[in-house]
Amino acid sequence: MDYQTGFFYLFAIVLLFAAFRVITARNPVHAVLYLMLAFSQASGVWLILKAEFLGLTLVLVYLGAVMVLFLFVVMMLDIRMDALRTGFWKHAPIALILGGLVAAELAAVLWTGFSRLDAGLAGSGLPISGVQRSNTHELGVLLYTEYLYPIQAAAVILLVAMIAAIALTLRHRKDSKAINPSLQVHVRAEDRLVVIPMKAVAKPMTDSVVAEGSHGGSKT
Amino acid sequence: MSLSIGHFLGLGAILFALSVTGIFLNRKNLIVLLMAVELMLLAVNMNFVAFSHYLGDMHGQVFVFFILTVAAAESAIGLAILVLLFRNKSSINVEELNELKG
Repeated sequence: MDYQTGFFYLFAIVLLFAAFRVITARNPVHAVLYLMLAFSQASGVWLILKAEFLGLTLVLVYLGAVMVLFLFVVMMLDIRMDALRTGFWKHAPIALILGGLVAAELAAVLWTGFSRLDAGLAGSGLPISGVQRSNTHELGVLLYTEYLYPIQAAAVILLVAMIAAIALTLRHRKDSKAINPSLQVHVRAEDRLVVIPMKAVAKPMTDSVVAEGSHGGSKT
Repeated sequence: MSLSIGHFLGLGAILFALSVTGIFLNRKNLIVLLMAVELMLLAVNMNFVAFSHYLGDMHGQVFVFFILTVAAAESAIGLAILVLLFRNKSSINVEELNELKG
């Protein structure tokens, strides 16, 4: 048993344990943390498979972004777990039966179907073209030549997802007193100030004006 | 005993079966359901990478790249809907989401 096999079993066992804890954890924060552990172990398995770029992408994108998003949401929501956990074990038999069925079906296919792959190509790895290039180089060449339009579509999907997430969670507060700068700069003088044309009115010199003037004069 | 493709496919299969079990166990908790779906996608990606390695074909890894993209978009929108749901109903219990008549 070489060291690759040993590392594979290490990663696989930790991965399966973490996945088991994700689906049985009582606290959703623990579930998210175990999910992060599971993804990091999967990244290790992919490194064994010489898919370095995808392994590192999994760490950066999944552990760095998506799982932190999960963590934020779980911590933001005040979830009462006892209501959600009622009847947790009620459906355990059918869940175990279905899980076992899926595993058995997959095992039945895998056991017989792909054994000859090992004989012919085991250890050949990538690349098979003879030129030794890095995994990232190979993937980049493929992405930017053959898969140029799909990668544009993926970019559009990400943009749509971002806009949809913002549009879903944005809410307009009714009690907000914030001003609208756009309306503010578009204001003209005519909107605020009305000049009424009228004739000058000559006020008659009355006693009160005279008294006021004399009062002011005496003060100075 | 060196590694064969069966090791990786078996790991993916067990992971997928665990996720299916998790969906049935946590059928009330929307956030754990989303996490189980993420685990399923990881199991599928594991198979893609294993086949890509043992067949010497890079196209499988390109597919994993796209699956990662779509999974990130899916979880972002899913979590946005979850936040919206919690804001309106103060609960993420799947059994209380019965307002859509049809």
